[in-house]
Amino acid sequence: MYIINVKDLSKSFGDFKAVKEISFSVKKGEIFGFLGPNGAGKTTTINMLTGLALPTSGAITIAGLDGIKNIKKVQQIIGIVPDESNLYDEMSGYDNLVFCASLYGMEKARREKRALELLKQFSLDDTGNRPFKTYSKGMKRKLTIAAGIIHDPEILFLDEPTTGIDVESARQIRKLIKELNAKGTTIFLTTHYIEDAERLCHRIGFIVSGKVVKISSVYDLMNEAQQENIMEFTIDQNGEDLESALLHQFPHVAIKQLSPYSIKISSVEKIELMPFMRFFEEQGAIVSEAKILRPSLEEVFVKITGIEINRLKEEKEGKKR
Amino acid sequence: MRTSLAFWSILRKDMKNYYLKPPNISWGIIFPISWTLMFFMRSATPVDLRDILPGVMALSVLFGTTSMLAVTITFERRSRSFERLLLAPISLNMLMLAKTTGAIVFGIVNAFIPVIFAFFLTDLSGINWFFTIIGVFLIAVTSTFLGLFIAVSANEVFEAQTFSNFFRFPMMFLCGLFMPMEKLPVFVRPFSYILPLTYGVDILKFSITNTGNFKIWISLIVLLGYSVSLFLVSMYNIRKKWIY
Ligand SMILES: Nc1ncnc2c1ncn2[C@@H]1O[C@H](COP(=O)(O)OP(=O)(O)OP(=O)(O)O)[C@@H](O)[C@H]1O
Ligand SMILES: [Mg+2]
Repeated sequence: MYIINVKDLSKSFGDFKAVKEISFSVKKGEIFGFLGPNGAGKTTTINMLTGLALPTSGAITIAGLDGIKNIKKVQQIIGIVPDESNLYDEMSGYDNLVFCASLYGMEKARREKRALELLKQFSLDDTGNRPFKTYSKGMKRKLTIAAGIIHDPEILFLDEPTTGIDVESARQIRKLIKELNAKGTTIFLTTHYIEDAERLCHRIGFIVSGKVVKISSVYDLMNEAQQENIMEFTIDQNGEDLESALLHQFPHVAIKQLSPYSIKISSVEKIELMPFMRFFEEQGAIVSEAKILRPSLEEVFVKITGIEINRLKEEKEGKKR
Repeated sequence: MRTSLAFWSILRKDMKNYYLKPPNISWGIIFPISWTLMFFMRSATPVDLRDILPGVMALSVLFGTTSMLAVTITFERRSRSFERLLLAPISLNMLMLAKTTGAIVFGIVNAFIPVIFAFFLTDLSGINWFFTIIGVFLIAVTSTFLGLFIAVSANEVFEAQTFSNFFRFPMMFLCGLFMPMEKLPVFVRPFSYILPLTYGVDILKFSITNTGNFKIWISLIVLLGYSVSLFLVSMYNIRKKWIY
């Protein structure tokens, strides 16, 4: 069931401990996200898992293989997309893909076919013959992902796949990641963006200053974020008149009048939309808008890490500048 | 099977991207010609081209290989594309052999360009081609691995170039080309004896002009020893530095 098992993994650079005895597991077929601020140790962890860095201590098991001693075997079944592209500037997109495929021992006919397929899938078929250095940032990121999956890896590692590219490219990349996952690829990614973690991941590990402070499913995190369940209704009559009737029928809820026509209902217990809709209908009020307010992961993040999101983003952008 | 496929791909890519690029090709031709002209001008009496052939060949190989590794390895490290190779399922030894084979072949080809010129200009009969080829091969291997050693120690291309000169120029002056070894000042002679190029040049002197100071098998063993040790030390450094 678990395809990656990490136990007490540490990495020191001299006296500095970048990663401190972290343990976690990734399930086969899931999208697991590592979320954390700058310098938390995300890249260092990916480097250890993929064979670019040697752990100071701890154990890694990937697909049943020892991830330290047997790394060359592991590398055959994993794909790696680094935070910054590591393709060849002078070579065309197509040549880059074909070359990467050959590193995995793919035969000529097969790698050429696969390269064309991927260029098409990533909408890069028009630019496949242009040198990589002429690509835009988003195109570079896409080609780097294509290169990472050229050999159909069982597990794909992505280091900040959506950082530094525009909204539309990021959206396309999220879609690609989801499609890959739907086809069965296990995905391990790192990100700064709460929204990404929330939209993409099944489970999230929070890493701060080299420590994994929490691992949880997005669903559980949401629930934890706000013990309260909140709904907002916009109706065609003054909500104040309905307050007592509402409380009478739903004694466990709290009611807040946001504006004359807008009511916020909250409860620590689970509440459903339909009973309230029916209530308003019975009262002869027409509901023009009803929404369930989702708890924000951002709040959980702040609660767990003690780090303000805005500061996180500023730091990141400052660094990239 | 899988490894050999990757090996050839890396080699082919380097050939296409670096070695067969016009600046390198022309460099391989201009360099030996300049050396030859320099020798001609330096000497007051007419020189026999054949006498300077071992030196020109050895230096072409030395400069060719060490310069190329600064590009194929240090440059790729800077641009991070080298990481892609480290992440590939090929053993590190195999990977580094693939990366260095290109330079070795380039060095060998460079060595024979002056021979082609000499062929039209002078009489080349009586050359022991067997040992000439062995000599050139060993010089190419040793200087390539010396270049590898340097490339691993440097972080920037210019660093690698500067660092190479630190090795190249002393070797050039002390290997017995400009001045026969017995005429070198006594205190620098030991340096001469520890430099691999000295032995490489000596093999070529033996095979081309039938001179030479050392027994040929000593030179062969010394060069082999240098090649193996430089490769092993470089591999050790790579494991320590690049898989940090
Ligand atoms: N080779 C190295 N030598 C020394 N320190 C290093 C090295 N690599 C990383 N570090 C340090 O280890 C810590 C973790 O770095 P890492 O790159 O893993 O962080 P990250 O979570 O990926 O951050 P970012 O979001 O900025 O990419 C940082 O403090 C960094 O300075
Ligand atoms: Mg990082």
